[in-house]
Amino acid sequence: MNIVVCVKYVPDATSDPTFNESDNTTDRLGVDGLLSELDEYAIESALSLAESPGAGESTVTVLTVGPDKAADAIKKSLQMGAHAGVHVSDEAIHGSDAVATSLILAEAVKKIGNPDLILTGMTSTDGAMGVVPSMLAERLGLPQVTLASELSVAGGTVTIRRDGDAASETVTATLPALVSVTDQINEPRYPSFKGIMAAKKKPVATWSLSDLGVDAGSVGLAAAWTKVESFAKRPPRAVGQIVTDEGDGGTKLAEFLSANKFV
Amino acid sequence: MAEVLVLVDHIDGVVRKTTSELLTIARRLGEPSAVFIGGGFDTAKAALAQYGAEKVYTVAAADIFDYLVAPKAEVLAALVASSSPAAVLISSSPEGKEIAARLAIKTSSGLITDAVDVQAGGDGAVRTTQSAFAGGFSVQASVTKGTPIVTVKPNSAPPEAVTGAAVEQVVDITISAGAKAARITNTAPRAATGRPELTEAAIVVSGGRGTGGDFSKVEEFADSLGAAVGASRAAVDAGWYPHSNQVGQTGKQVSPQLYVAAGISGAIQHRAGMQTSKTIIAINKDEEAPIFDMVDFGVVGDLFTVLPQAIKAVNAAKG
Repeated sequence: MNIVVCVKYVPDATSDPTFNESDNTTDRLGVDGLLSELDEYAIESALSLAESPGAGESTVTVLTVGPDKAADAIKKSLQMGAHAGVHVSDEAIHGSDAVATSLILAEAVKKIGNPDLILTGMTSTDGAMGVVPSMLAERLGLPQVTLASELSVAGGTVTIRRDGDAASETVTATLPALVSVTDQINEPRYPSFKGIMAAKKKPVATWSLSDLGVDAGSVGLAAAWTKVESFAKRPPRAVGQIVTDEGDGGTKLAEFLSANKFV
Repeated sequence: MAEVLVLVDHIDGVVRKTTSELLTIARRLGEPSAVFIGGGFDTAKAALAQYGAEKVYTVAAADIFDYLVAPKAEVLAALVASSSPAAVLISSSPEGKEIAARLAIKTSSGLITDAVDVQAGGDGAVRTTQSAFAGGFSVQASVTKGTPIVTVKPNSAPPEAVTGAAVEQVVDITISAGAKAARITNTAPRAATGRPELTEAAIVVSGGRGTGGDFSKVEEFADSLGAAVGASRAAVDAGWYPHSNQVGQTGKQVSPQLYVAAGISGAIQHRAGMQTSKTIIAINKDEEAPIFDMVDFGVVGDLFTVLPQAIKAVNAAKG
């Protein structure tokens, strides 16, 4: 089975992510970054499937679109056990919206060559839109089997459990398919020492837009179908009163609720 | 006046509160046309009229609900083509965003997700406000191509009851084979709790690691306030409460009038799920817990002592 996992290099949420004043884009260079935590679940799913008894000769290729530093996301994925990496990087991609990102990913998937399964996380941890997996399915004409909290592949069919608000659904499709997984699905493995060493020798291809046959004019900031007009840092919340419970904490809590008309 | 399509969120015709919010927002931008997919229109009609729907497109194709997401996107794309709306508004649920995503590609339109406000710009544009980076930033954005598609978070607009005609227009549509590739073979509904739905509730009381697995006081306190119950990721991962109640980056994001965090330290994963709540209260044994950096009122203490006392006082105040 050939599996492609789409991953993203994102600003570290604990390192004060911010926007560039010059063009209102996400600052991906001035802030520490890492492989998006939610993508680790997708990599783990891919590796588990590749290692399973019926899988035969399986390959897990990890794919990312991002600036040079995004190579770190590929590296971590290879250390976990992915077999090969593809990094699409091009200055013209800067400022792309989800629509353009999904276009680039779709073309890269086609160039990698018709995988049986494309896996993604449930959402990125920076933009947190959760739309790229659906856009990929739409662009590639593949069944969309998304937000899986349980996943199995057998006899050329993928089956998932998808937990919604009102109900849990079982969804099934014939491969090839686009699958996204939630953080409920597994426990991602830590790279072993052996895995870290082995990663250094694994092949990583770096592609530009022209390698994909994607016109630079159809991606990037100017081509985006949405525009950020302005951003403003929210002032930190003013901290109110904090009391220590000395036998009356609950009473004081209730008083606060009454004073603020919650009771 | 141009129409604004609003995808109705319902279960068998029982319309969710978020739809009334979307209809209210739609009235700012044009004439609201609800899109009702599925059965139970007779039940839904009154609710849709009450919040201003002038027209309701109804789609009853038998097999739409057997296939995941794609058929609904196809329906909306057909309506965008036939009605040239000023915008399409969809609730910011996980499924809503997936439908919106495919619709954006189908109609070559820009997509804005998780808007907390939507207003008409002077030039006919649709201007949105979003919250970025766990609530640390407020962002103003607009769509620059095609029909603006906006998914809107619950509690973004107080619903305004303004009666609309809600004239039904039946839509005949054949779903393509391509949209029938992901089949839903089983649906197991969740048991109703009798409490408000988490993302729509005015008050949320959440429990975390500090409960040690015993949510009884959290639930009693929630019930004394008519609140929904939430849980931190730690509590859910420990198996103490269902994932459908998880508040946080990978669970639900809530923005209620009041959020009470009991035995929750306030790690960024959790903050991302509740940071924009209007009033925040925390109870935690640890005075250094990060949650206390964001509270309007905090109690350093044991929730098993504080909550019972608070429950008694609240119930007494209610008489």
